[in-house]
Amino acid sequence: MEYLLLIVDDPAAPTYVPEEDNIQEWVADLDRRGASRVGNRLRPPSDATTVTVRDGKTILTDGPFTESKETIAGFDLIDVENLDEALEIAAAHPMARFGRVEVRPVWPFE
Amino acid sequence: MTGLTSEDATTEASAVLAEVVASERLRIVASLIRTTGDWDLAEDSLHDAVARALSTWPERGTPDNPGAWLTTVAKNIAVDAIRKAAAERNTAHRVAIETEIDAQEHGGEEPTMPIDLADPLNDDRLRLIFTCCHPALAMESRVALTLRTVLGLTVAETAHVFLVSEQTMQKRLVRTRGKIRAAGIPYRVPPPHLLPERTAGVLAVLYLLFTEGYSSGSGTDLIRPALADEAIRLTRLVAQLIPDQPEVLALLALELFQHSRVATRLDAAGDIVLLEDQDRSRWDHSAIAEGSRMLAEAERTLEPLGNAPGPYLLQAQIAAEHANAPTAGATNFARIATLYAHLSQVAPSPIVDLNRAIAVAFAQGPDAGLTLLDTLSLDATLGEYHLLHATRADLLRRAGRPADALTHYRRAFELAPSDAERRFLQRRIDNL
Repeated sequence: MEYLLLIVDDPAAPTYVPEEDNIQEWVADLDRRGASRVGNRLRPPSDATTVTVRDGKTILTDGPFTESKETIAGFDLIDVENLDEALEIAAAHPMARFGRVEVRPVWPFE
Repeated sequence: MTGLTSEDATTEASAVLAEVVASERLRIVASLIRTTGDWDLAEDSLHDAVARALSTWPERGTPDNPGAWLTTVAKNIAVDAIRKAAAERNTAHRVAIETEIDAQEHGGEEPTMPIDLADPLNDDRLRLIFTCCHPALAMESRVALTLRTVLGLTVAETAHVFLVSEQTMQKRLVRTRGKIRAAGIPYRVPPPHLLPERTAGVLAVLYLLFTEGYSSGSGTDLIRPALADEAIRLTRLVAQLIPDQPEVLALLALELFQHSRVATRLDAAGDIVLLEDQDRSRWDHSAIAEGSRMLAEAERTLEPLGNAPGPYLLQAQIAAEHANAPTAGATNFARIATLYAHLSQVAPSPIVDLNRAIAVAFAQGPDAGLTLLDTLSLDATLGEYHLLHATRADLLRRAGRPADALTHYRRAFELAPSDAERRFLQRRIDNL
């Protein structure tokens, strides 16, 4: 099953400690499981543009679609056996400690 | 069935059926969920199979193995429903599903899944329980789904436990089952590295069911009190399926000890009778004996593991001290105070601290208890909790300070959540 891990930046979370960042180990673990599809960091919300089309008119807004202190800082699409494996992978991600990770099942078109 | 009138046959069939449903329902539903992956279909198929039994058994006689009959018929109904649904979709999908069903049917699967003696964890009932108690589900949803699917309560009965409308409960159950399917929560007993943590999650649900039933008392409510019995039955099953787990055995012991007092906790008028005033001869001594055996078993299985006692073991040890004391005065409160001190390390909570202070007061006198209440600064956390004020009042009364006691009894009275508790506190106030 495919899951999208949304890597969430949370200002209220413990401060980032570079020495405790195990992202390389984490990526190696994904490769070992053969679970990795695609993943990356995202530029901050200040670099976002939101697109809305209403009555045929395209409206562009500078910034993200929600005014939230918590922002999406990255994503990983993974392909694993079930939710338990996805949760295990999410819990091992450094941003689970320095932010949050939201695990969303992909909903494929039939 | 010669010699029987049709009425007799119907009565006999209903009696056999009721018995089989009570003993086999969980196994059949759990196995159907595994084979079909569809929780609603599993329930509906069993429901239809029961209806079919009611119409055919009186006429043709009760089958030799009614459990196997029910399992097979329910499964056939489920398979037919899947085939029919698939036929209404496209052919390719139908072929895929039929291939899958054929594979399962010819996989030599037994109609009733016997417990694999080599591996008790390979049991559909346990798969169902672990899935219902999955930590990705909200606690309320776990409890609701366990009530509905594992214990087989109706939606209306489940709604009653949560004091919500049937419609609200139906929505919640649909959403929960929907998440299990869509989020890919596996239908399985978790692998060894997840087992301890997930078992703790199952025990939390079981104990919640138990206390929900136990604390509801007697009265006109027939559903909640029965929950305590059901929770014990289910804990016993889990203890049988996950053997030699100290915390599972300890929870069973704890429930049995508490349940042994169910007849004496309230008097005929529905008023609270304190532990020290209860008629100990009316406690259920066979439940206490079983609890003691389970506790001894839990302690025995813990030893080789070399682990510290878990929260249920400590609570069971405390409950055992109360249950086995011949009189309230003979209770070993010093040991109970020590056990509460351990418990507050393992599972810190202000309620545990409060109980510890009460035990210390009984062991060393009311002043020691009052001092501990202050040291633990429980007012900060339990300031709005009636039992903190009732406890303080009680200790002040015992310490010979009736005026101070009165102030706290009044505060407790204001905060008390039930009539029975308010009546109890009013009696204390009147006596001062």
